[in-house]
Amino acid sequence: MEKFEKLQGIAAPMPLVNIDTDMIIPKVFLKSIARTGFGKNLFDEMRYNRDGTEIEDFVLNKPQYRDAEILIAGDNFGCGSSREHAPWAIADFGIKCVVSTSFADIFFNNCFKNGILPIVLPQEQVDTLMADAEKGANARMTVDLEAQEITTSDGETIAFEVDAFKKHCLLEGLDDIGLTMEKKASIDAFEAKAAAARPWV
Amino acid sequence: MTAPKTLYDKIWDAHVAHEAEDGTCLLYIDRHLVHEVTSPQAFEGLRMAGRQVHAPDKTIAVPDHNVPTTAGREDPSQMTEESRIQVAALDKNAKEFGVHYYPVSDVRQGIVHIVGPEQGWTLPGMTVVCGDSHTATHGAFGALAHGIGTSEVEHVLATQTLIQKKSKNMKVEITGKLKPGVTAKDITLAVIGETGTGGGTGYVIEYCGEAIRDLSMEGRMTVCNMAIEGGARAGLIAPDETTFEYVKGRPHAPKGGQFEQALDYWKTLFTDEGAHFDKVVTLKGEEIEPVVTWGTSPEDVLPISAVVPSPSDFEGGKVDAAARSLDYMGLTPGQKLTDIEIDTVFIGSCTNGRIEDMRAVAEIVKGKKIKDGMRAMIVPGSGLVRAQAEEEGLADIFKDAGFEWRLAGCSMCLAMNPDQLSENERCASTSNRNFEGRQGYKGRTHLVSPAMAAAAALTGRLTDVRDLI
Repeated sequence: MEKFEKLQGIAAPMPLVNIDTDMIIPKVFLKSIARTGFGKNLFDEMRYNRDGTEIEDFVLNKPQYRDAEILIAGDNFGCGSSREHAPWAIADFGIKCVVSTSFADIFFNNCFKNGILPIVLPQEQVDTLMADAEKGANARMTVDLEAQEITTSDGETIAFEVDAFKKHCLLEGLDDIGLTMEKKASIDAFEAKAAAARPWV
Repeated sequence: MTAPKTLYDKIWDAHVAHEAEDGTCLLYIDRHLVHEVTSPQAFEGLRMAGRQVHAPDKTIAVPDHNVPTTAGREDPSQMTEESRIQVAALDKNAKEFGVHYYPVSDVRQGIVHIVGPEQGWTLPGMTVVCGDSHTATHGAFGALAHGIGTSEVEHVLATQTLIQKKSKNMKVEITGKLKPGVTAKDITLAVIGETGTGGGTGYVIEYCGEAIRDLSMEGRMTVCNMAIEGGARAGLIAPDETTFEYVKGRPHAPKGGQFEQALDYWKTLFTDEGAHFDKVVTLKGEEIEPVVTWGTSPEDVLPISAVVPSPSDFEGGKVDAAARSLDYMGLTPGQKLTDIEIDTVFIGSCTNGRIEDMRAVAEIVKGKKIKDGMRAMIVPGSGLVRAQAEEEGLADIFKDAGFEWRLAGCSMCLAMNPDQLSENERCASTSNRNFEGRQGYKGRTHLVSPAMAAAAALTGRLTDVRDLI
């Protein structure tokens, strides 16, 4: 997995609440058996007309946000389906950080597996970042994972919380499965114990 | 003396294989269910790393999302090229890695969350995961069950564990008795209407109370299925005699002395007196009405007797979201819900594709005809549900009334197969999500119970089923 350390980039504002994973990547694009190539269909139904032309006023179609690397989003982002195609599409588009007041649980976990940093902040601070993002391409934010700090284009800093283990994995670009396999002895011991206690499982 | 525990605490504690100092745990997984859409990249990952499936005997695969539900579906030309590739990939992966498998040609094939319980793979006290958010369904057995992403599918395949931190405990109590015409679907939608789609985020919900106890296993599965729609990681219902009776004799349930041993354990799976819940929601069962969704989020729930709301009825970000929903749904504030005309009815899905749902529909439509011009389809949740419905004479009732009687699959719940809404088509659906585009591009979905869907099929508009019973 690609490491996430410090990101300086354009932030796109998407204040709509309850953006679900069907909006992020509609099911017609879930038929691939690869992990890549979903970026062009990110937010497909909001982003394109039926004939494939772009819907001009959709945020990521506006010239100033086409290269956005940060998304400032409304509450409960990523609700709905467990499809990891959603973070795959976000990462494939080039967005590496999403900020919201809350995220759906499965989506939140899926982000960390794909080098994307989801950040939860109180409404007031999301509002500040949303206003900053509204300024367009000249307003570049900095997200520093090590310091757990976002710096707005005006130089205001906002601290954020992140789970220590997840932070470590993102900073180092670690593979979860490899880490877990190092604990094979614990898993084997658990299996032996469980097989004795609950042999029907 | 140990502190009193919730049901969730007990199942969690029984499955921690390793705990790090910061509370990050390796949670052992008893059952891993797999379908064709979220697994190909995970199996490919194993292959590339030269890894094996750690516990193939605890891994169960079934294609459901992409499969056509029309007769003659063994003919590959009925699927799009991409769907065919995904189903073929699952065929190949199941065989190569040696996991349990129910191919399309098997009568036991169906929606993964219906097949698991039906075959006795899901048992009380287990941990169950699947690359599908509606894995919450299995919580009806008092199993800790939740959806995971594809990276986690690969992690479970390789290690039979998940890296997890414990969620908080939430209690949802439904007191008293339900009124006639009110069902498990109305309970679960009413709860989401109350808590919002983010209300359960960070929690595992335990549903309890008399109205929950009175439900059959089918009804309990409907309730837990939509826990995810309220944002919860999982929904749970403590197992009881209803559960044990359902489980007994299923193909993969324990038998004989081992069943008795299991039963002794299962009877310890309840929330102790005085255990702590971080959040409690209580609804009165007798106050729940048949409900329907008006918007594009499962929290947009109203009793069928209500009118379409106005964006000004809401606050904060929901004002714009409601305006957008009304525009998408083509509705006007103040319009009576019962005046909304529909052209399609979909009955099925992991929420409402079980035998009890089929019976509820048959009860409403028996000897009647669906509205002229209505497209109405019933898609049983598994080949065995279909067979049972045929044996009970329900299929004939459906066909006589004018319904299409389909083969098992996810079908129009998410419209990955050919069953889709066209632009601006309006559907009364027993599925679980009314998101924009969920049932087809620009399709409009109203979530309802099977009885309500049946009523709508007869009248051609959203209808209070209590007027027909």
